[in-house]
Amino acid sequence: MNPLTAPDFTSDQDVRWCPGCGDYSILKQVQTILPELGRSPSETVFVSGIGCSSRFPYYLNTYGLHGIHGRATSIASGLKMLRPELSVWVITGDGDGLSIGGNQLIHLLRRNLDLQILLFNNEIYGLTKGQFSPTSELGKHTKSSPWGSIDHPFNPLALALGADATFVARGLDRDPVHLRGVLKAAAAHRGSSLVEIYQNCNVFNDGAFEPYSDKKLRDLSRLMLESGQPLRYGAEGEWGIVLDGLQPKVVSMADYSLNDLWIHQPEDRTKAWILSRFFDEPIGENALPRPFGMLYAEDRPRYEELLHGQLNAARDARPKQTLDELLAGHNTWTLEG
Amino acid sequence: METTDLLQATILFAGDSGDGMQLTGFQFSNTTAFQGNDLNTFPDFPAEIRAPAGTVSGVSGFKIHFGSVEIHTPGGHADTLVAMNAAALKKYLDEVKPRGLVVVNRGGFDAKNLHLAGYSDGAQPLEEAKARGFEVIEVDMSRMVREALIDSGLGTREAERSKNMFALGLVYWLYQRDLGPSERFLEQRFYNKPEVLQANLKVLKSGYHYGETAEIFNHRYHIGPAALPAGRYRNITGNEGLALGLIAAAEKAGLRLFYAGYPITPASDILHELSKHKERGVMSFQAEDEIAAVTAAIGAAFGGGLAVTATSGPGMALKTEGIGLAIMLELPLVIVNVQRGGPSTGLPTKTEQSDLFQAVHGRNGEAPLVVMAAQSPRDCFEAAYQACTVALEHMVPVILLSDGYIGNGAEPWKFPSAEALPPIVPPLFREGTPYRPYERDENHVRRWAWPGQEGAQHRIGGLEKQDGSGNVSYEAENHQHMVKTRAAKVERVAQFVPEAHIELGAEHPDVLVIGWGSTHGAIRTAVQNLVVAGASVAQVHLRLIHPFPRGLEKLLLRAKAVLVPELNLGQLHPLLQATYPKVDFRPLHKIKGQPFLASEIEEVIAELLATLETV
Repeated sequence: MNPLTAPDFTSDQDVRWCPGCGDYSILKQVQTILPELGRSPSETVFVSGIGCSSRFPYYLNTYGLHGIHGRATSIASGLKMLRPELSVWVITGDGDGLSIGGNQLIHLLRRNLDLQILLFNNEIYGLTKGQFSPTSELGKHTKSSPWGSIDHPFNPLALALGADATFVARGLDRDPVHLRGVLKAAAAHRGSSLVEIYQNCNVFNDGAFEPYSDKKLRDLSRLMLESGQPLRYGAEGEWGIVLDGLQPKVVSMADYSLNDLWIHQPEDRTKAWILSRFFDEPIGENALPRPFGMLYAEDRPRYEELLHGQLNAARDARPKQTLDELLAGHNTWTLEG
Repeated sequence: METTDLLQATILFAGDSGDGMQLTGFQFSNTTAFQGNDLNTFPDFPAEIRAPAGTVSGVSGFKIHFGSVEIHTPGGHADTLVAMNAAALKKYLDEVKPRGLVVVNRGGFDAKNLHLAGYSDGAQPLEEAKARGFEVIEVDMSRMVREALIDSGLGTREAERSKNMFALGLVYWLYQRDLGPSERFLEQRFYNKPEVLQANLKVLKSGYHYGETAEIFNHRYHIGPAALPAGRYRNITGNEGLALGLIAAAEKAGLRLFYAGYPITPASDILHELSKHKERGVMSFQAEDEIAAVTAAIGAAFGGGLAVTATSGPGMALKTEGIGLAIMLELPLVIVNVQRGGPSTGLPTKTEQSDLFQAVHGRNGEAPLVVMAAQSPRDCFEAAYQACTVALEHMVPVILLSDGYIGNGAEPWKFPSAEALPPIVPPLFREGTPYRPYERDENHVRRWAWPGQEGAQHRIGGLEKQDGSGNVSYEAENHQHMVKTRAAKVERVAQFVPEAHIELGAEHPDVLVIGWGSTHGAIRTAVQNLVVAGASVAQVHLRLIHPFPRGLEKLLLRAKAVLVPELNLGQLHPLLQATYPKVDFRPLHKIKGQPFLASEIEEVIAELLATLETV
C-alpha cells in the first residue's frame, strides 16, 4: 500500500473561512501531519462544537461530527469510550471550549481520555461578529463592550493544569514548523492533550498575537520550550530565566551562565504551573516572555482504559449469565394455568 | 377465630425512615407473589435524606395492594395500616378506609414521639382514632422484641432494630402468609452474621405467634391465588424492568449498550441497575451534567452503539439542544424521562405526567421525534425494548416517558424468554458498498456507518444538509424538503408499531377512556368495575403518542364521548383534539403528586354516562 499523503485526508469541500484567517494554516499543518501518524482516514475522527474553527471537520476526509456549542468534548468522550481504538481529535475555540463548554472541557481533562483537543484561541467571538470572549483582555472595546470589557480573562493553560490535564502545550498559527511539532507531540501523548493555538482573526481581532508572530518583536516576547534545555530567548539568546525559589526572573546572559538557568522538564508539575503563569503582556523591563511548546506532559491512566479494564475484569470474574437467566433474576415462581 | 375471605386487600406499612419499612413491605410483596396473588406496590419515601427521627417528614411508607383478582394499582384507601410511631399514624390515618384496621407499635407513642410528631400536649391520637371508628390494635412491639432477644447477645438498640420483623410476622399471621420466603431471605442476607440472623428469625416468628396466641384480633383474612396466566414470574420495579429492556435490546441487535446519565430522582435507579452489568459489556457513564450525558450518548451513537440516556424533567430541559442535534444527525438515541412533579425542581419524589408537551414539542425548529410511554412497572421492559427497536430501525431519537410512580412501583412480571423477543435489525452500512450518509430507503431511513469502517468516512453535523450527500446546504428547496422528510420519517414509524386497540370493554362504547403512561392501572380498574356493572365503557391506552398509532381515529369516533384522564392540566387532550377534531373529548385532571385512585376515575365516568343518557 502506498504511504498516505495530505490529499488522502483532504475532503472535496471548499474551505470557507475569511481570506487571511489563521485557521487555514492550522488546517494545513494538521493535514500535513496526519499521514505521518500511522492511522488511516477511516480510523480518524474530528469532532467540533460551534464557532469558526468548528467547521474544521468538513475539510478533512476522515469521519467528522460538527456538534453543538461547547459539547465537542463530551461527544468525543462518548465516542472514545465506545471505540477506544479510534484516533479522536476535538476542535474547539476560546468561546466554545472556555465559555459555553467550560464544564465539559475540564471534566474531559480530569478523566484523561486519549484524544487531542485543539483549542483555537483568537481572543474574540468571530462567528457572531466580534464580541469579547473569555480570553479577551480587560478593557477590550468590542460591539458588546463599548466601554471596554470588565471580564477578567481566562489563562487557558493554567485552567487546563488546574483541571489536571496530562498534556498542555501552546502553538501559533504563524509558526507552522513549530506547530507541526506540537501537534505531533500531542498525537503521540497517551491521554488528553490540550493544545492552545494562538490564531489570528484578521477581521475582528487582527494582530492580537503580533508580539509572538512579528519578526521584529517575537524574539523578545516568546520563549520556545525544549525538553531538557535551559530557558533562553532573544535574537542571540541573550536572555535567560532563573528560578529564585519559586519566583522566575529574567536575567541577562551577560551576567549568568547556562548552568544557572532553569532547565525545562515537562514532567515537573510545579514548574509547569509557574510556566503557565508567564501570562502578563511581555512588554517592559523584566517582563516574562510567553512560553510556546509543551509545558507539561504526564503519563496517567486513560479513562477508556480503566473503563474497558473494568468491563474485562467483570467479564472474567463472573461467568456471564444468558439473557434468559438475566431476565429471570434470582427469585422466580411458577404459576400453573 | 373467624377467617374472612377477601378478593383483595391493601396494606400500608409506615414508620420512621430508620424503621425498615421498605424492607418490610418488600418482604410482604415477595411472599404474597409466591402465594400466587396478583399485586402492585408503591413506596412513598420522604423527600428529605435524613429527616429528624420521629417527625412526620421522616416517615417512610410502603403500600401493597394484592388479591385473587387482577390488580393494576397500589390501591386506594388501605384496609390495614401498620404504624410504627405516632408520626406514621399522623401522616397516614386519613388514607385508611372507614372502620379500617390500624396496628400500632405502642412504644412509638410515648410522650417524646407524640411531641416529635407534632401532637399538642395531652393529645391522645389512638383514642381519637378509636373514636373515629378505626379498629386500633396496640402492640408494644419494642418491649416484646427486647424480651424475645434478652439472651441473644445483642445490645438493646441493635435488638430493637428488628421490630419491623415483628410487625411483618404479625401481619403475616393476620393475612395467612407463609413465613418461608422471608426466612430464606434473612438467611441469605445475614449468612455471615449468625447472631443477627437468629435474632431476626426469632422476632419474625414471635410476631407471628403473638398474633396466634394473644387474641388481639377477632378475625384473620384469606385471599386465594389469582387466576394469572401460567408461566414463570418474578417481581420487578419499573426502573429495573426498563434497564433490562435496554440490555436485551442491545444484545438482540448485536450492539454494545452505552448508557450515560447524571444522577436525578427518580431516574437514578436505571443508572444503578445498568452499572451492575459490566460482565455483559454494558457501559454506564456517570456524566458531569445532563448535557454531557446526552451528548456523550450522541457520540456513542455516532460510533455504532445503542445509546441511551435517562433523566427526569429538569434534566430533559437541559438535554433539549442535544436531542435536537440527534434529530438532525438522524442517529438512533433513546431518551428516557422518568417524570416527576414540576415545574422547575418541583416535587422530586412525587409523580406527575406533565412533561408530555415537552417531549412532543420542546425543541427549537421543526424537530419531530418519536414519543412512547410505559404504562406499569411490568410494562417498562417491553416499552424500553420497543423504544430501542424503533430508534435503531428508523434511525431516530425516541423519548420514552415513564414516571416516579411506575419507576419505583413493583409488580409480578411474567418475563419473556430471550428467544421470544422480536429481532432488531438496524440499517447497517456494509463495507465495500458505496455510502452516502443521507441516502434513504422507502421509509426515509438512512444507513448507519460508523468510524473505523473503511470507505464510509462522512461528516455530519447540526447544520442543515443536502439530502443524499449530507453536505452543508442553505438551499431553500432542500431545507423544506428535509424538514418534511424528517417529519415523514417519524410519521412512518406508526406503520411498524401495533395498531390502537380496545383493551377492555365494549367495541362501541358510550364512553371511551383513553390514557397514556402510569394512569393505565387506575383507568383499567375503573373501567373493569363499570363493565362488570353493565355500563357501556371501554379503555384504550397509548404506547405510541407521537405519532399516534394507526386505527386510533376509528376507535375514537365509535364512542359518544372520550374521557382523557391525566396527571397534568391536560396535555394529551389538546394533542388529540387537534388531531381528531370531530371527537367529543372530555379532560380529567389531577395534579397532586399522587396517582389517580381508580374510584376517582370511576366516579367521573359514571357521571359522564349519566349526562349522556339524559341528552
